[in-house]
Amino acid sequence: MSKGTVENPQRVEAEEPLPNGMSSNPQSAIRNPQSTISPNQKAWRRFRNNRPAVISAWFLLFLVFAVIAWPIILSVTSHSGPHGKAFAIQYDPNTLTDNVFAAPSLQHWFGTDVHGRDLFSRILFGAQVSLIVGTVGASVSLVIGVLWGAIAGYLGGRWDDIMMRIVDVLYSLPSIIFVIVLITTLEEYVKRWFDTINSPQLSHLTRLGFLFIGLGAVSWLNMARIVRGQVLTLRRRAFVEASLTLGAKHRHILFQHILPNVLGIVIVYLALTVPAIILYESFLSYLGLGIEPPMASWGSLIAEGAGQINTVRVYWWLLAFPGAFLVTTLLALNFFGDGLRDAWDVRGDK
Amino acid sequence: MYFIRRLILSIPLLLVITFLSFGLLHLAPGGPFDRERKPASPEVERNLARKYHTDEPFWKQYLRYLGVGFERDAQGKIHWFKDGLIRGNFGPSLIYRNHTVNDIITEGLPVSLPLGFMAFGFAVGVGLPVGFFTAVQRGKFTDYAGSFFAILAVCIPGLVMGPVLIVLFAIHFRWFPVALWESPMHAVLPMIALGLYFAGRIARLMREGMLNVMNSEFVTAARAKGMSETTLLLKHAVRIAILPVVSYSGPLLADLLTGSFVIENIFCIPGLGTPIVNSSLSRDYPVVVGLVILYAALLIGMNLLVDLAYMALDRRVKYE
Repeated sequence: MSKGTVENPQRVEAEEPLPNGMSSNPQSAIRNPQSTISPNQKAWRRFRNNRPAVISAWFLLFLVFAVIAWPIILSVTSHSGPHGKAFAIQYDPNTLTDNVFAAPSLQHWFGTDVHGRDLFSRILFGAQVSLIVGTVGASVSLVIGVLWGAIAGYLGGRWDDIMMRIVDVLYSLPSIIFVIVLITTLEEYVKRWFDTINSPQLSHLTRLGFLFIGLGAVSWLNMARIVRGQVLTLRRRAFVEASLTLGAKHRHILFQHILPNVLGIVIVYLALTVPAIILYESFLSYLGLGIEPPMASWGSLIAEGAGQINTVRVYWWLLAFPGAFLVTTLLALNFFGDGLRDAWDVRGDK
Repeated sequence: MYFIRRLILSIPLLLVITFLSFGLLHLAPGGPFDRERKPASPEVERNLARKYHTDEPFWKQYLRYLGVGFERDAQGKIHWFKDGLIRGNFGPSLIYRNHTVNDIITEGLPVSLPLGFMAFGFAVGVGLPVGFFTAVQRGKFTDYAGSFFAILAVCIPGLVMGPVLIVLFAIHFRWFPVALWESPMHAVLPMIALGLYFAGRIARLMREGMLNVMNSEFVTAARAKGMSETTLLLKHAVRIAILPVVSYSGPLLADLLTGSFVIENIFCIPGLGTPIVNSSLSRDYPVVVGLVILYAALLIGMNLLVDLAYMALDRRVKYE
């Protein structure tokens, strides 16, 4: 039994820990003609061999395309009446009809909900919100996490200790409580402010904005840890010292030399943060603290479906379809993120 | 020594948390009495404010809440605050007038805590074996099936799992009760719905840990010396492989408590999740602040335990 002698043969070729062509041994390219392809190309090759990740990537692309294309189709095709349409994509997600709790059929692919709205269009409508919250929230977490981690790693010493200690403390607190407190307290404040400057559209979007900021603000901890670890090792590299000797300013080094080199890892962890934020958002929407009706997200749709559970009749489609979409998307995002991580061979070191 | 210092350090940390949550809630416009009797007469409003001391400046309210300090009455006599947090009193609820925050906690905690621990037990009980066997059987069918189960579990949040479990096992098969919290049977579905996600997380961590350990030199050395595979894996490898799981348990507990809000909501369980959501919506400051502090204290305590367990398992780690 010789199990586990070679843990992962794919790893062997990944000799350098850094992405972006920062080969640790520049000589090797000359000596070994095999490695004339750049590390990025190698990683890309590894990624393409990872079938679940590739399928997930196509699925996500298709979903994004559907989410973008669907409102356009909706606005182009006329929606004359609520009945008799053969294509479910033509239903408006906010039009109320009397055709409530219709089971899935050719007209309504996923059935209709408590207000007679077409569930298929509701789900695509919710996908918009869920995906936007996921990506924007992850971007917010990226900005905070990268800056925090890069500064802590670059300064080092006592500042590093203090900053990472704060991360440790925050890591073990129930962050969602802080989002709830943040949303419930400051929202009213901002809403009033928007009302005073007379912009009701903005005041409608306050909740969405708070979701972006709040969820981003609690999801940056992993990113900060990873970036800090990378920056700590980068900082001691010869090219940084050379740059310092030439009289470069710290800001120049941080933004010109160090941040471009952590970019690959950051993108990988961005891909892994998106599903976490989508999950958070669905939690909040479920509790009624997220997206407000008539807007929808997958979380709020599932909440609506769960609210209709009774022992007499089971409207399974209200629960099954939004749930299936949420789970499939999370699955795809996780496979995709894992695939990226394995291909670029980055590990989150504490 | 290290742990005594950690314990002492957690006191200022808790103070900061009380201050932040207290401050944030007081910063927000709109009081707890806004929603009732819309055209409340000024006298009523003034009396309510006086009774609950909301007319005082912020720092005085905060000190009164902590129970540190004193106030002078009209005659200039000094009255020390007799109540407050340091005496274990979280104050009154502003919405449920016949309840104090302590009442809410003593009602909810005996429900939330067992649920949390059962889900934790479920997650560990399912996650560790799955992670272990997928690593040992690497590349075989068991590995693929188990790993797929693990990633699927990570992607099915409780808010999907809960209703699905209810519809299947409570309504269709009628094996378990639909909701509420009365008998041990009531606990089964919430436990699974809450614990499944964490079972997946633990399984993935455990698998990765086992794979790393099985590649390490001491395992090869032990094999070379002819140690039986079972002893090697169960007695020596698991001990190291479990470390990532142990260090994840701290954040896991935080997530578990958060996840339990949704699960309690789905299964109508009278725990602490509902009060925390409702009170922050209705600006019931003392309840929110009290529960936030309670959760923070619980988690700080748990994290300390996690570090202790870590040290007990891995002798290489020494806390200074």
